[in-house]
Amino acid sequence: MKRRLFWVPLAAFVAVAGLFAWMLSQEPDRQVRSRLIGQPLPAFTLAPAVPTKPGLTTAAFRTGQPRLLNVFGSWCVPCAAEAPQLAKLARAGAKIDAIAIRDTPDKVAAFLSDYGDPYAAIGDDRNSSVQLALGSSGVPETFVIDGQGRIAHQHIGAIRDEDVPILLARLKAAR
Amino acid sequence: MRLLLPFALLLAGPASAQSNVPPPALADTQLPDPAQERSAKALMETLRCLVCQSQSIADSDADMAADMRALVRQRIAAGERPDQVRDWLIQRYGDYVSYDPPFSPASILLWATPLLLLGIGIVLARRSLKRRRR
Repeated sequence: MKRRLFWVPLAAFVAVAGLFAWMLSQEPDRQVRSRLIGQPLPAFTLAPAVPTKPGLTTAAFRTGQPRLLNVFGSWCVPCAAEAPQLAKLARAGAKIDAIAIRDTPDKVAAFLSDYGDPYAAIGDDRNSSVQLALGSSGVPETFVIDGQGRIAHQHIGAIRDEDVPILLARLKAAR
Repeated sequence: MRLLLPFALLLAGPASAQSNVPPPALADTQLPDPAQERSAKALMETLRCLVCQSQSIADSDADMAADMRALVRQRIAAGERPDQVRDWLIQRYGDYVSYDPPFSPASILLWATPLLLLGIGIVLARRSLKRRRR
């Protein structure tokens, strides 16, 4: 009995070390996903981010047609990187609205003229209040909103080429 | 030339991923009511910055943390209790946003382990004391 107890601490140590080694070798998932998937879009009203385009309200998402809601900032480098993919989505028929985080009209206008403008409307979310209400934890993020104004899907990070068909399929499913 | 490099780096502006507008006033301005400010500050220290995940929003310089501090102060100033503000954020980001983990089946070991270990310690101590007395 005593003999066997003698080995317990070593066994415990090996078990803990093994657990650490295994967990450290796993790729950690640092994405913080919104818990609002499947729930209605929070109510909001945002002024236009650029004078040439309308602002954005929750009502715009209750038209019976699914839409994409892109969360971006003109100061955000990955947002510029995903611009060609957003253009591709728009060409494929996706309706895209956006909220501009912590931005100014002149900077947004310059961003649109530099990287293209796939947006129907852009809301000015200067203090990130709508971003926080959405459960979005960074830029860029893209939400698929179904025709009834419910959040159907959240894409975190820049949209890459291989994400385009996935988002189109999500849009189709959200009809 | 190589000797000058550190100084050249000191002069260079840091490449910033920060945004185009200054943080909202309430991000770094205390509330006029000291009691409210105290509870807002205490809450901020237990909320996780989502873009710098090992810091609280009270400690972080990130834009998003500033916006979250402003949100906390706004809601506390509007009369919400700290728990309501925390719940609002947990509804959106999950328990992860809070440094104060709730009591749930997933966290039961976290809360119960100290008591469990204390119990085991008492039993072991009793046994060895008894043995010694004999």
